[in-house]
Amino acid sequence: MTSASPIVEVSELRKVYGGRTVVDGVSFGVDEGEIFGILGPNGAGKTTTVECVEGLRVPDGGQIRIAGLDPVADHAAVTQVLGAQLQESELQAKLTVREALELYAALYPRPADWRPLAERLGLASLLSTRFGVLSGGQKQRLFIALALIGNPRVVVLDELTTGLDPRARRETWEIVEDVRERGVTVLLVTHFMEEAQRLCDRIALIDKGRITALDTPQGLISRTAGSTIISFTPSAPLDDEDLTALPAVASIEHKDARITLGGSDETVTALLSLLARRRITAHQLRVTDATLDDAFLDLTGATR
Amino acid sequence: MTTSTTAPVRRPSPRTAVLRAEARLFRREAGALFWTLGFPPLLLVILGSIRSFRKFDAGLGMRVIDVYVPTLVLVALIVTGLQAMPPVLTGYRERGILRRMSLTPVRPSELLIAQMGLNGAAGVLSALVCLTIGWLAFDVQLPKQAFGYALAFLLTVTTALALGALISALAPTARLATGIGTLVFFPSLFSAGLWAPVQSMPHTLREIVVLLPFGAASQALEQAAAGHWPDWSHLGVLIAWAAVLSAAAVRWFRWE
Repeated sequence: MTSASPIVEVSELRKVYGGRTVVDGVSFGVDEGEIFGILGPNGAGKTTTVECVEGLRVPDGGQIRIAGLDPVADHAAVTQVLGAQLQESELQAKLTVREALELYAALYPRPADWRPLAERLGLASLLSTRFGVLSGGQKQRLFIALALIGNPRVVVLDELTTGLDPRARRETWEIVEDVRERGVTVLLVTHFMEEAQRLCDRIALIDKGRITALDTPQGLISRTAGSTIISFTPSAPLDDEDLTALPAVASIEHKDARITLGGSDETVTALLSLLARRRITAHQLRVTDATLDDAFLDLTGATR
Repeated sequence: MTTSTTAPVRRPSPRTAVLRAEARLFRREAGALFWTLGFPPLLLVILGSIRSFRKFDAGLGMRVIDVYVPTLVLVALIVTGLQAMPPVLTGYRERGILRRMSLTPVRPSELLIAQMGLNGAAGVLSALVCLTIGWLAFDVQLPKQAFGYALAFLLTVTTALALGALISALAPTARLATGIGTLVFFPSLFSAGLWAPVQSMPHTLREIVVLLPFGAASQALEQAAAGHWPDWSHLGVLIAWAAVLSAAAVRWFRWE
């Protein structure tokens, strides 16, 4: 990415709860201006990792630097560089949206003007609505506003779209892209593949407290065996032996007469020439890229 | 986003902003407002309307209503400390409001300070209303030893808030905070003399009650009201309770 040192640096982070190691030697760096995803199954240690980044938890080992600052020792300074939306958090039920924005703006020495912020996040018509009666999506938009109100350089968004309907989820994604376009670095925690694939420049895949892979979404997909999915219905039966002999084949599935192969570009070329030699027609031939879903299952499955 | 978008120049300080927001929320809780500001004066008016309470009682050496005014002053402070405040503070922790605030440059303790200040002020106001109603409506004399009364009063406010804070610290949920508050509420009212004036309690019971925070408070307030400097033994009991309860609240309070 850029040559400057990362704005968020995590090295060899360890966190233990009651003898159980929840985060076990996690290291990554987030460059200024990128959307960096932390992806993993529930209980993988994602939230604990970002809570250490936010300074809410004290690490048992390793080092974290946010713009060169320690989140625990320099907590007051870090709060002015880093804004965050928490996974489980509420506001006072009878506080209105306007009062929440005014209150949180007053807590920072150099806050953003909350009016245009409310406008951008679609909160302008809700200013006199109390927090307690906002919908899930509206609450999340307010929490994004509060995360941005101190003019931070980095925002941490933890399970932002969990519990939102598909429409609110898509709207929230647009907001995250908009935040990045304004130059704010985003650290995004999610367990939705689609969300990570759509938004993130790079993704750290966390499983059981360790990073199992760290790459661009495309990089993660292509490093898995079977990154290209080929499906077709042959006009005449094909032997499995012929199929397994094809180069780079990772998986073969039969469903009724339809065959689905996981492989690479090489597999496609070889399959087409095989079919031509046998004079077999491939009906409804579809060649697609594997999704991050497939990559995720492949990469986390390998560690189990 | 850059620092170019700064808000207008005149802005409240963080502490003022927190206090202002909490004061607004405080005014929106009709139930809590009734119990802190409405209930003690209302109870006084009801008791004062009973004709026999306004007549001289030879056993007590004064009228029953003369005894009840200082008791209701205490009730006002107990209601705010034990009933109104704990569920709010515990709820702020339970619902992650304290956690959210700890991500800002302002410490979440500002929320607790604002809540204790507001509840303390409401309790004091309610107590002053009781004194005024007693004085104007039922001819109950205002405290004669004003400075001693003020001292005992402030120590009582501190003790009630500290006890409330300790309940908030120990209760894992707002619902439990209400429950524990109520559990402590009735013995506190008893020791304050709501059912039977402390003066009229049997000797042994009285010895025990004056060692309890609100028993000692009731004695100290009564002595000051009658024109004497409150016994240092009562003030000492209050100071000890305030110190122990505050230290315990600070020791056991959890931010999440």
